[in-house]
Amino acid sequence: MAEAWDFLRTDKMPHIWCPGCGHGVMMNALLRTMAKLDVNKDDICVVSGIGCASRLPGYLDFNTLHTTHGRALAFATGIKLANPRLKVIVVSGDGDATAIGGNHLIHAARRNMDITLICMNNNIYGMTNGQYSPMTPTSMLATTAPYGNLERNFDLCKLVEGCGANYVARATAAHPRNISQYIEYALTHKGFQFVEVMTQCPTYYGRRNKLGGPVEMINSLKQNTILNTAAAKLPPEKLEGKIQIGEFVKKEELTYLDRFDAMVDRITGGVKP
Amino acid sequence: MSPEKKGQMPVEINQKWCKACGLCYALCPKKVLEGDEWGKAFVAHPEDCIKCQTCEIMCPDLAVKVVALRKATKEDE
Ligand SMILES: Cc1ncc(C[n+]2csc(CCOP(=O)(O)OP(=O)(O)O)c2C)c(N)n1
Ligand code: SF4
Ligand code: SF4
Ligand code: SF4
Ligand SMILES: [Mg+2]
Repeated sequence: MAEAWDFLRTDKMPHIWCPGCGHGVMMNALLRTMAKLDVNKDDICVVSGIGCASRLPGYLDFNTLHTTHGRALAFATGIKLANPRLKVIVVSGDGDATAIGGNHLIHAARRNMDITLICMNNNIYGMTNGQYSPMTPTSMLATTAPYGNLERNFDLCKLVEGCGANYVARATAAHPRNISQYIEYALTHKGFQFVEVMTQCPTYYGRRNKLGGPVEMINSLKQNTILNTAAAKLPPEKLEGKIQIGEFVKKEELTYLDRFDAMVDRITGGVKP
Repeated sequence: MSPEKKGQMPVEINQKWCKACGLCYALCPKKVLEGDEWGKAFVAHPEDCIKCQTCEIMCPDLAVKVVALRKATKEDE
């Protein structure tokens, strides 16, 4: 049976991430899913933008592409349309996907583009030393918010749901088995498949906000989390400050490629060129 | 009888990749793993391991491997 390490570029290890970085836990879970599905390496293309999270494809033994900040989904869309047989996966950070790349995220989800997006949300710009991102909660500290963040963050899964994605799920680095389960679903279904993974950045977010080291941060991720099916039975005041995990959307609506193929059939009368 | 060869550890730690984050030994339910003077993981109480794989799946550095669950064979003796 295939193992996680079979899909790792071991010559690139150890990776650059800090001790206890949640992105590593996510990569571990992703590799495990690849091993479980026993994928053919040549059938997969993993694309990223810029950031600590976006370094991930460099460690994976698939077709990989490291692009520009925020634009991974645009590159991935091109790859998918040029070679629809490839399973295209984008990995991004919260800054990459929701700040500079927010526009691409909205439209890839709206098109129900046949891409899996895994967003590693550590509530901060890790790579550039800890500026706040659209995912930094109000009042939290960042290098650009020394007196506390004035802005509000938002529920990223709800945004992607509103844009029309076929699949929307959230897990945390404290729930690696859920990460693997959701990625497995995403990789075996069509249309825009979105998995948000809350990760810890002990170095910038954790240290500045005095949240402790990796162990303390993982423990608070565990404690502050509730499964969406359990949350549905609780009044809103009981859910304040809680991270909801689970599968929020599971649809099988027509995808961009379904529409594209139908259009080609309509124009050509089904005659293959 | 334990399925491992005599003296074989139930968990292998890749010391070259371990960054001493402490996650594996903090989360091990049986306290099989401990940190050395540098905080790097090592197998302190192999006999207590229940092979739950928590250490392996929590390691951000892919440095932990639980030796595959398998039946003892003649060659192992
Ligand atoms: C066009 C452009 N603007 C800004 C940057 C600087 N920059 C690099 S990474 C980054 C943010 C990364 O944050 P995130 O996507 O959350 O990833 P993390 O490092 O937290 O994993 C920024 C602003 C850049 N590389 N390119
Ligand atoms: S700065 Fe934060 S996100 Fe980047 S590698 Fe270090 S812990 Fe991970
Ligand atoms: S989880 Fe991995 S990196 Fe962290 S101490 Fe254990 S073996 Fe080392
Ligand atoms: S497999 Fe479970 S019991 Fe054994 S060392 Fe790892 S975490 Fe501890
Ligand atoms: Mg980030």
